[in-house]
Amino acid sequence: MIENLIILPVIAQLFIAIFLLIFWRNTGLQKLVSVFGSILAMLAAIWLFAKVWGEGIHIMNAGNWNAPFGIVFVADVFSSTMVLLSSIAGLAVSIFATASVSRQRAQYGFFPVFHLLIMGLNGAFLTGDIFNLYVWFEVIIISSFVLLTLGGRKGQIEGAVKYMAMNILASMIFLTGIGMLYGITGTLNMADLALKVAAVENRNLINLTAVFFIVGFGIKSAVFPLYFWLPSSYHTPPSAVAAIFGGLLTKVGIYALFRIFTLIFVPDLFLETLFIVIAVLTIMTGAFGAAIKQNIRRMFSYLIVCHIGFMVAGLGLFNKVAMMGALFYLIHDIVIKTNLFLVAGVIRNIGGSMYLDKLGGLYANWPKTSILMAIVLFSLVGIPPLSGFWPKIYLFEGGFMEANYFFVGALIIGSFVTLYAIARLWVGAFWKDAPDEEIDRSAVFGVMDFVRWPRAKQSLLIIPIILLAVVSLYFGLFAEHIVVLVDHIAEEMIDPTPYIQAVLGKNYSP
Amino acid sequence: MELVLVLLIGVLYSAGFFLILRRSMVKLLLGITFLGYGVNLLIFLLGRITKGKPPVIDETANFFTDLYADPIPQALILTAIVISFGLQSFAIVLLKRVYALLGSDDLDDLNTPEDDDI
Repeated sequence: MIENLIILPVIAQLFIAIFLLIFWRNTGLQKLVSVFGSILAMLAAIWLFAKVWGEGIHIMNAGNWNAPFGIVFVADVFSSTMVLLSSIAGLAVSIFATASVSRQRAQYGFFPVFHLLIMGLNGAFLTGDIFNLYVWFEVIIISSFVLLTLGGRKGQIEGAVKYMAMNILASMIFLTGIGMLYGITGTLNMADLALKVAAVENRNLINLTAVFFIVGFGIKSAVFPLYFWLPSSYHTPPSAVAAIFGGLLTKVGIYALFRIFTLIFVPDLFLETLFIVIAVLTIMTGAFGAAIKQNIRRMFSYLIVCHIGFMVAGLGLFNKVAMMGALFYLIHDIVIKTNLFLVAGVIRNIGGSMYLDKLGGLYANWPKTSILMAIVLFSLVGIPPLSGFWPKIYLFEGGFMEANYFFVGALIIGSFVTLYAIARLWVGAFWKDAPDEEIDRSAVFGVMDFVRWPRAKQSLLIIPIILLAVVSLYFGLFAEHIVVLVDHIAEEMIDPTPYIQAVLGKNYSP
Repeated sequence: MELVLVLLIGVLYSAGFFLILRRSMVKLLLGITFLGYGVNLLIFLLGRITKGKPPVIDETANFFTDLYADPIPQALILTAIVISFGLQSFAIVLLKRVYALLGSDDLDDLNTPEDDDI
């Protein structure tokens, strides 16, 4: 019975969504349910994490069909960490959404779909069956389609077409890979696949199948050269939606890459080289894209792409230190990217624009809020001792251990251009004087004018930023805790025997 | 039978990718649909085609003694069909909405200057 509770974070989100559907008309109550439900779901995720951290890997056989025949859910430290992070990000965004999402969007079902999206993410993190992973990916993309198009402005719809086409294509390619894998091995259970794929003698066939997975997950996680849909769609939806997309949707692709390419396809020289080349090009294109953009959210979109490269590099270097760096970066990145888009939303609510040339004077007028945003921005850049700094140290060391100076160079350039982009943002939006022409606030915002809101409502936008900033300060100032965590996860990845034995029983070993 | 399916899958994949690369939105939609069919047939083919052998264990035996038709690919295809049905109907509605907003079927017209909202 207790084993069934490992899918509690998934079930919790599902029940919140159903509960919200009951109050379809009453948006005020929906907001309340959404926030309290998110708190409960976060408690469930904390419970799951504590349980897995204390007792080791837990599995649940759906319908009591034992693995490898039935669908299995696996909670190991990696997946429960990801569930915990997605719940924290979900809570922050849900608080932010109560004040920032317009009444019309809430009436058309923003909150239920938002919780279904988080449910899909949690399901994808917890599943141990590769076809089930595909199904969770579909749950995620269909919810994200709705969130992206909700409101129906022209820019949103245009962004949604690109997003939809690329994501459906990615799913098809991923499904092709699953079909080939099933044809080769006759199983869909990931632990069973790990054993059976390792035993296949025709390595070229395995590498060919692996490429399907790289392309499928590559589109979803926006690596070079498959990232173009991301900067052309992430700047269109409301800030709350952009935050959850930027924080979690690309990261679930990275999670799947890490899971599949440490468990099923262990990288050989071909795959390692491929990953390094992808990583370096992703870092470079993302960094230079971010350096020239005037629209803040477009700049952040390119920074997502840039930093995805750091994580993919961990797989390419494939030693423990680099993996630890990449995992630490993944943990840091989920929190910080969610927060960045929330910050962008507040900047837009205060300044009336997303464009650097139309912004200015934020520091003079809003000093306390600006200091808070500075913590977020400096964490992203990785100024020691904030959270972006520590993973890069590990990635450097990992790069030097493999003598891969090509990657180390890209990492340095990527970090510097991130610093440049953030400095440009700081100067353009915070230090520069406000532009001369006054914007007509009532025309731009209508009832959504942040400056005229009562203080309690204003703080609904600031509290989630504080929450996530505290989490990333914790990652930075107590980095030794996170290092212990990622050390454990990297251990699990390099030697997946405990995972396989937990799923298939003690008798199996690779 | 296998050879026919292999050729058909090849045609569906290539037609699908070709149509996705066109500028027309309707062709994009058709391309996605063709790719979906191609993937489903691929799973069907790779699950090994066995005719007239249901996956039922004989009463007298404890395990399969003969080749049998694998039910899993069919379950997978069924799931994939349902999912792609949902996605495609969403895509149709979205593209219809785009057409209503832009009055154009051309994907290259999707680049109106960014409006600055929210």
